[in-house]
Formats: sequence, structure tokens, C-alpha cells
Amino acid sequence: MTLAQIIFLFVALIILGSALMVVTTRNLIHAALWLVSALFGVAVLYALLHASFLAVIQVVIYIGAIAILFIFAVMLTRRDLRDRGPQLNRYWWAGALLSIFSFTGLVLLFRNWNGFSRTPADFPVGFDTVGKLGDALISPEAYVLPFEVASVLLLAALVGAVYVAFTRK
Amino acid sequence: MVPLAWYLILSAALFSIGLFGVLVRRNAIAILLGIELMLNSVNVNLAAFWRYGDVNQMAGQVFAIIVFAVAAAEVAVGLALVISVYRNRNTVIAEDIALMKW
Repeated sequence: MTLAQIIFLFVALIILGSALMVVTTRNLIHAALWLVSALFGVAVLYALLHASFLAVIQVVIYIGAIAILFIFAVMLTRRDLRDRGPQLNRYWWAGALLSIFSFTGLVLLFRNWNGFSRTPADFPVGFDTVGKLGDALISPEAYVLPFEVASVLLLAALVGAVYVAFTRK
Repeated sequence: MVPLAWYLILSAALFSIGLFGVLVRRNAIAILLGIELMLNSVNVNLAAFWRYGDVNQMAGQVFAIIVFAVAAAEVAVGLALVISVYRNRNTVIAEDIALMKW
């Protein structure tokens, strides 16, 4: 077993354990903090995959902005923080069955695909991942249009969020 | 090296846990937390396929970034809706928000 495999298994355990805590814990502040731990594990996976830019924006955007936004939202709705009654609805067993089915279904589907146990080619020496990614994002032959569409979507969503949450005097 | 299978199984498990959270949690904010887990599992898959395919094709990373933008938009609108509903109806329990139910 190589070092990369040991790191992967350790991080995978952290991610799955934190994810289970996110969906089962009672206190929503704790759920948001467990989400931070799961997101940090995913950032480590990006680093293992040599996707350095994704690892950085995972920490900056997901942990720095989205998780903090969740904590703010939990605090703004604090009266329901420790819900009266159960945290899960009465069909929780159906949800558990469906997610177990989706997991086994996905794994069975993957097993029939011949690239399933592929190992990566050696990473090219001196390969500039971030530079390549920047070129791909702004070059008209590559992905400038999806990138601009995503920017417009984000702008529209933020204007909509301000409008929805605005208090009328 | 880590085989591709491990990444795919990990992201399938993460997706299923997120699906469980979306389906069974009663609190609307907790449902959004489940959606975040599902979006992250998709991103792990995109990055893994970029690394295990041709690294010169940046499509995997570019679409991971677009998923980031979509996740940020979804969280902003979702939390604004939850806070707005909380202000008007004083609840964040998804079952009690039945304004549009026939």
C-alpha cells in the first residue's frame, strides 16, 4: 500500500463519517461544522488529484463562504434550532432504503464499465494545471461561453436572493 | 497509486448520504446541507475523471468550477427563501411549509 492510498483511505473515512454526522445530528450548528469537515476532506482529495486550483477554491468558497452562510442562516432561525419532536420525517426508512439502493445500483453500474479499476498515467513533469485551466476558461475555442453563462446565473441568483430576503417597510 | 474505482465508490457513497439527508430531514436548512454533499460528490467525480483521463483536456475541472458557481447560487437563493419563510410563517420545518399544496 502506497502513501497516497493510505492518505486516501484516511480522508475517505473522515469525509464519510462527517457526512453521516451532517445528516443525522440534532443540532444544526454542529451539522454545519461537520459539513466544514467533510468539505475540507474533499479539498484534500483535490490536492491528491493534482487539481490545486480546485483545492484552493474549495477552501475559499465552500468553507469560507458557503459553510459560514449556513451558520448565519441557522443563527437567524435560532428558535427552531433544537427542533421540537424528531429530526427525521416519518418516512426515514424509505429514504434510507432508497439511498442504499442508489449506492448499490451505482457501484454495480460502475463494475460493468471496463475503465473502473484504471490507474492514472504519471503526471507530466512541469505541467501547469492552473495556467491550462485559466486558458480553457477564457479561450473562445474552449469554455468561455459556459463560464460566462455561469457568471450570469450567479449574478441573477444573488439579485434574486437579495429581493427574496428583503424586508419591506 | 489510488485506482479510479476508489474515487467512484467514495463519491457514490457521499452522494447516497446526501440523498438520505435531502429525503429524510425535516429542517429546510438541513435539506440544503444534504444538497451540498451531493454537489461535492459530483465535483469529486469530475476532478477524478480529469486526472484519470487525458490531463490536457480541462473539461472536468472547468465543469467542476461551474458546479461551484451553481452551488453558490443555490445556497444564496435557498437560504434567502428559508429566511423569508421563517419571517412570515415562523417555521423552518419543510412539512409545515405547505402554502402551495393543493
